[in-house]
Amino acid sequence: MANRIDDEMIEYVGILAKLSLSDEEKEKAKKDMEEMLDYIDTLNELDTEGVEPMSHTFPVYNVFREDVVTNGDEREKMQANAPKVKNGGFVVPRTVE
Amino acid sequence: MDLMSLTALELGRKIKAKEVSVLEAARAALDAVKSREETLHAFVTVDEEGALAQAEQIQKKIDAGELSGPLAGVPVAVKDVMCTEGLRTTCSSKMLENFVPVYTAEAVINLQKAGAVVIGKTNMDEFAMGSTTETSAFGATKNPYDAGRVPGGSSGGSAAAVAGREVPYALGSDTGDSIRQPSAYCGVTGLKPTYGTVSRYGLIAYASSLDQIGPMTRDVSDCAAVLEAIASYDPKDSTSVKREDYDFTSALTDDAAGTRIGIPRDYMGEGLDPEVKAAIYAAAKELERKGAVVEEFDLGLVKYAIPAYYVIACAEASSNLARFDGVKYGYRAEEFEGLHDMYKKTRSQGFGPEVKRRIMLGSFVLSSGYYDAYYVKALKVKALIKRAFDEAFKRYDCILGPVAPATAPELGKSLRDPLKMYLSDIYTISVNLAGLPGISLPCGMDKAGLPIGMQLIGDAFQEKKIIRTAYAYECSRGAFPAPKMI
Repeated sequence: MANRIDDEMIEYVGILAKLSLSDEEKEKAKKDMEEMLDYIDTLNELDTEGVEPMSHTFPVYNVFREDVVTNGDEREKMQANAPKVKNGGFVVPRTVE
Repeated sequence: MDLMSLTALELGRKIKAKEVSVLEAARAALDAVKSREETLHAFVTVDEEGALAQAEQIQKKIDAGELSGPLAGVPVAVKDVMCTEGLRTTCSSKMLENFVPVYTAEAVINLQKAGAVVIGKTNMDEFAMGSTTETSAFGATKNPYDAGRVPGGSSGGSAAAVAGREVPYALGSDTGDSIRQPSAYCGVTGLKPTYGTVSRYGLIAYASSLDQIGPMTRDVSDCAAVLEAIASYDPKDSTSVKREDYDFTSALTDDAAGTRIGIPRDYMGEGLDPEVKAAIYAAAKELERKGAVVEEFDLGLVKYAIPAYYVIACAEASSNLARFDGVKYGYRAEEFEGLHDMYKKTRSQGFGPEVKRRIMLGSFVLSSGYYDAYYVKALKVKALIKRAFDEAFKRYDCILGPVAPATAPELGKSLRDPLKMYLSDIYTISVNLAGLPGISLPCGMDKAGLPIGMQLIGDAFQEKKIIRTAYAYECSRGAFPAPKMI
């Protein structure tokens, strides 16, 4: 094992992923990720020098359209799914002091 | 007569001939669901009221001559990853337990236009992440051929509902194996179309560059007919492709003469169950007898598909699932201190272990310092895999192989060792990386009475070739035996 995933890295990945893990979960995540990364490292057996990275298998082009509103006002329907709504807005914890 | 033992097209013909009303068909589906759900648990949500209301509407349209397609009035189940307006859509996650979409996925709209009656939403691995339907937050689905075994995943609920004769057909989605592998485990026919063929609008994203919606049916004819109904060019999906052909049912001819079929040697070696192997070779023999030219060849790069897939899929998942933050929809933690703590607690409580595992891995491979070594590397390997398929399709019309290395595993055995579970996708996953179409259909049973699935892979946009070859094989095979529970 290459031990890429130390305590510091797990903390950092937790911040990126916006997940808070218990100590037990962290230990398990460390082991899981190391195992997966060891497995993923088999990709290094392949020489990919000069190969263009492929994000889409077919050529895709940007799709443009006129900036015209086609849907109606569905605010109430949409906000029915929100955990907390007030006066037509989403309620979130205070973000500025 | 058990209406739910008919194929979708058979039932559609009876509805058209007024031998069966749409309401009777919907009631038959709802009754079948009621009597079998205790054993199978294929559904997350059953919409009895909605289904009966739809049935009435559709009957009126049929009577008025407004609806005359082959699927008009036939009940369908939809994987709970596709949004349905007014009908709860959960992705089998606590995160979306109470989510009621305000719009319907394009593929489902297309089906509704064809007169389909949506009975309910089927169980799946949480956010389509898993190969057994055991990662669902709402409990595992059981395999109709043996309730002690998994139906496969992630579209396990759809596969079990079709095999268990709860509905004649269902929609699934396939990111790595999720239509084809559960189809194989449950003895049904499932097709993953060429990327871009079916709109992803309203499909809750797992890995956007790989996700495709497709049919799960009792036979190849149904599969072609359903694909014909759901495929469309959709400006709302920026990766939607305007195809030249949408007439997939025209490929339903019992003709394999001259079809060039390649069997990858690297699919038939170590790790493949001997009974599955024998069934695949027997299917190849049958196609050969019908005039196909079958040979073995080296596809190459097979062992690199899974690691490349997990880098790409997890990277995209970590980005796609960032939207679940407890603000606009979905679960929100009850107690927290400040905004960031709310995000973290919401996500930690709302997602299950497999989803968290993939988000973590995806966040890591996209993080600065590791992006090139993992993510870009995987995209380069994807290019090589595509190239290997391009080479193969210069020589063959179809690639034939197994869907999975073995038949359905027992419940509770797979999640302990995720890496081992991931390895069961070895024959299916490269098809998604290369954007190709693949069909899974039953080609035998093992000694335990479990279905074995064979896979035909086609070049991009060559669905008709795999449909024709699958149909030719099916004509020799005959109807596949229903589970004993029926």
